[in-house]
Order: sequence, then structure tokens, then C-alpha cells
Amino acid sequence: MRIDKDLVAASATPLVLGILSDGDLYGYAILKRVSELSDGGMQWTDGMLYPLLHRLERLGYVSSSWGTSDAGRRRKHYAITPTGRDALAERQRQWTVVAEALRQVWHTTQRPPAAAEGWA
Amino acid sequence: MESHPELEAQIDRWRGYVQRSQAISPADVDELEDHLREHIADRQATGLDDEEAFLVAIKRMGNLDAVSQEFAREHSERLWKQLVLVPEASADANTPPWRELAVVLALAVGAGAAVKAGLAWIDDAGALVRNLGLLVFPFLAAYFMWKRRMTGPAAGALLVPFGVLAVALNLYPFTSNGSTGMLAALHAPVVLWLLAGVAYVGGRWRSDKRRMDFVRFSGELAIYYTLLALGGAVLIALTLATLQLVGTDFEPALEDWILPFAVPGALVVATWLVEAKQHVVENIAPVLTRVFTPLTVAMLLVLLAGLATAGGFADVDRNLLILMDAILVLVLCLLLYSISARDPLAPPGLFDALQLVLVIAALAVNAVMLAAMLTRIAEFGYSPNKIAALGLNLLLLVHLARAAWLAIEFLRGRRPFNVMERWQTRYLPVYGAWAIIVVAVFPPVFGFS
Repeated sequence: MRIDKDLVAASATPLVLGILSDGDLYGYAILKRVSELSDGGMQWTDGMLYPLLHRLERLGYVSSSWGTSDAGRRRKHYAITPTGRDALAERQRQWTVVAEALRQVWHTTQRPPAAAEGWA
Repeated sequence: MESHPELEAQIDRWRGYVQRSQAISPADVDELEDHLREHIADRQATGLDDEEAFLVAIKRMGNLDAVSQEFAREHSERLWKQLVLVPEASADANTPPWRELAVVLALAVGAGAAVKAGLAWIDDAGALVRNLGLLVFPFLAAYFMWKRRMTGPAAGALLVPFGVLAVALNLYPFTSNGSTGMLAALHAPVVLWLLAGVAYVGGRWRSDKRRMDFVRFSGELAIYYTLLALGGAVLIALTLATLQLVGTDFEPALEDWILPFAVPGALVVATWLVEAKQHVVENIAPVLTRVFTPLTVAMLLVLLAGLATAGGFADVDRNLLILMDAILVLVLCLLLYSISARDPLAPPGLFDALQLVLVIAALAVNAVMLAAMLTRIAEFGYSPNKIAALGLNLLLLVHLARAAWLAIEFLRGRRPFNVMERWQTRYLPVYGAWAIIVVAVFPPVFGFS
């Protein structure tokens, strides 16, 4: 199943912040984690992750530092900041509201025959 | 790690392609490359070969144009190239970042102090004019010696001609208000400028490429100096007007201290700015040549028509000849700058044809002037001024004639453009040699009159 582009974009920030709140990671590892969490359902365009990470860094939600990979390459690691945790908590509240609203909508529309009967 | 030459080559090509986007900084490219390599390694671990792993990883990376647009949205400031005058502490931190600024300011103050001292101690106006260049240009040369890290012996060798020039300009017994003294004062800056050029190219004055760099530098310097002068003039005018209103006489301070320091100091500062910005901002001189080449063609045609209707040459005013020489030198500068900015590999175009028209019009003006000068010399005999002007005209004639010939050959596709370019840079020292002759040989020959 492919997830709609707008939905991916909307959920990208809380996903990345949430993943980083478990511990520091570098870009590729973040994407792998996204893929695991969604069972491969959420496929990002890999290159788009980095402008997003840079934006989060500019907003002060994450901080970055250069390290070295096992193979000896330069690698940039990202860590969530206290501001980022606050932002994540706020996003969580928002998503909870959205998810709850959606759950209720699914709940009512799952009985279309009853509704149809009522109108008949 | 095993070696995968083909894969490495592919990653290199990809890297080169990504680097071309202005919005993606080198550090971002490193980050993306790390991502790509990690992805390739994962794919290889699942059994794909190099080629397939690379293709999959590239595909997942996404359309590079879209990605770079996303980078641009996040880092829009990167699309404006930024002039970094004082670099952040760089990796090779041998020189502290502020050192260059300190050196520049010290040299600017030095040049100002030298001019101030000259004004204070040299009483004879003629001697002062002859020495002005000597008071300023060594500081420019010193900046380049420092910047290019010239070795002691090379720098020493460069100081010798400065010294010889100083001796000639000051020990020759010029008669006051004599024309040889004035000619020496006019030609000494040319020699000094070329000496500064030798320092600019770090002693590699035989290299055509470096010479062309010096030509580009000279054009940019002229423009930056003009801009600084304009800004300075505005500041001075505002200060002057304000102080006048409150009843303070600002003029003595302006004449005695501010101008003697600001005028030469600005030259050193402009030099530094041109050096610092060279790769950051498009060069402006070539842009101006595009505008002024057609206009200059029109001007030369008007002049030619004017000269033709004026009639006889013998009574042509001397000032007119000097003006025309200045115009020809201007044409030469236009030619040099448009050549300096042209892509040597581009095929001949409309602008090249226009340039040829410019050169031919200049040649016609030059021919008219030569005829006028020869008539004057035949009628009134020779004088240092006339010989100096005649010499310059002959040099210009050779320069322009060959340039016109090479331009025709280039337009007809017989010769590559760089022959044209090489002719310009090879010919430049000839002007220096002529200036040396006027400064050093003319005075004794004409009895210092």
C-alpha cells in the first residue's frame, strides 16, 4: 500500500522527532526505522529527509554533530533537543485529536447500511 | 574495504552532479553521499551487484532537481553568493582570520602616510607629481608579495626596479615645467602598475593565463575604486555641509589629512576587496564592455566624421591629439575586457563581429592621428611630446592591426580564439618597455628640457 504524499509530508516531522526521542541517529538509520515502523508502507524520497532535518535543526528541534561511520566516512548525527521534545508533545496532542476524530468517523461510516435505512 | 572502481567512479560522477547545485553545500553533499553509500552497502548485502545497488539507491534518493529545490527552499540564502571578507577559522588555521585585514589596513595607512610625507617634504610640484606613484604602488606590490607568499629573493628582485625607477625620477636634473619631466611623471605609473602586476602574478609573469588574470583584476579594481571614491565623496560632502552649518571649518582637515590618507588607502582596500570577491561576484568590467562596445563604435564613427570635415591636419590642436590617444587607450581596454571574459571555446558570434568593427574604427582613427602627427612633425620639427605621442600611436597601431587580423581569422573559423587572447597578453609588456624608454631614455636624449 502506498501512502499518499501529503499524508507522508504531514506526518514526517512527528515521526522523525519521535524516532530521535529514542536516541541519536543519522539520516539513513532514521529512514530505515521509518520503514520498519510502517512495515515498508511509508516510502520516503530519501533525498527529501535532509532538507527536513535541516529545517528541524533551524527551528531548534534537533541538533547535529559530525562523527565518523564504521567505514571511516564523515557522518552527521542528529539528536532531539528539549525544544524538540516540547514540539513533539504538542504534535502528539494534535495527532491524538485527529486520530480520535478519524476513529469516530470510521466508526459511523462503518455502518452505512443503517444510515441508508434511516434515509430511505 | 574491497575496491569497486566502477562503483566509485559512478559515485564520483553523482557527487559532481549534486555539487553543481548551489543550494546544496559541500557538507550536505557529504551527508547525502554517506546515505547513498550506506544504502548501496545494504543492497549489496541482499545480493545485488554494484550496478544494481547503485541504481536502486539513486532511484530512492529521488529526483535531484526536486531535492535540490527542497534544499533551496530551506537554505535560500545560499542562492545569494556571500562575500566572506573575514573567513571563519578555517581548517588550515596557520593564519588567524583577522591577519589579512590587519595587513591590508596597515598597508593602506602606510600608503597614506607615504603620500602625506611626500606632500609635506617635497616642495617642488613637478617632483611631487613624479613621485606620487612611487609613494603608493610599492604598498600594493607589498600586499601581493605577502598574499602570494613570494620568497625573499623574488621579492628582493622585484624591489630593484622600484629602486631604479625612484633613482631615475629623482636624480635626473629635470628643468621645472619641462616636458620630459611631465612625460616621465605620466609614464612612471605604467611601469609601476606592471611591476605591481608582476607581484600580482606571484612572479609568474611569463604565464599568459596569469597575465590575463591581472588584466581582469585591473578592470575590477578600477570599478571598485570608483565605487569607493563615490561613497567617500558622499560621506565627505555630507560631513562638509553639516559642519559648515554648525560653523566649523572642515576644509583644512579634509585637505591636509583626510584626502592624503583616503585616496591612496582606498586603492589598497579596493585591491583587497577585488581579491576577496574574485570568485564570489560576477566580474563587472566585462558586463560593462558589452554595453559600451556598441556605444564606442558609434562614438568613433562620429569622431571620424568630425575629423574628416575639419580639413587640414597641420593645425590640429595638440590637446585634440592627447584626447584621441586617451580614446584609443579606452578602446583597447574595452577590447581587453571583453576578451578576458569570453569563453574561448564558444563559436564566433555577433559580438565578435561588433568587436572587429570597433577595432577597425579605432584603426581608422589611429591612422588619421598618425597622419596628423607626422604632418605636425614635418612642419614644426620634433619635440619630446610629439615623439612620445607618436611612439604610443605606433604601438597602438601594431596592437590594433594584429588584433583586427586575428579577429578576422577567428570569425572565418581559421584560428581558435586563444590566439587572439595570447596576442593581447603577449603585447602588454611592450607598453611597459615603451614607458621605461620615455622615463629613462627621453630625459637625457632631450637634455631634460
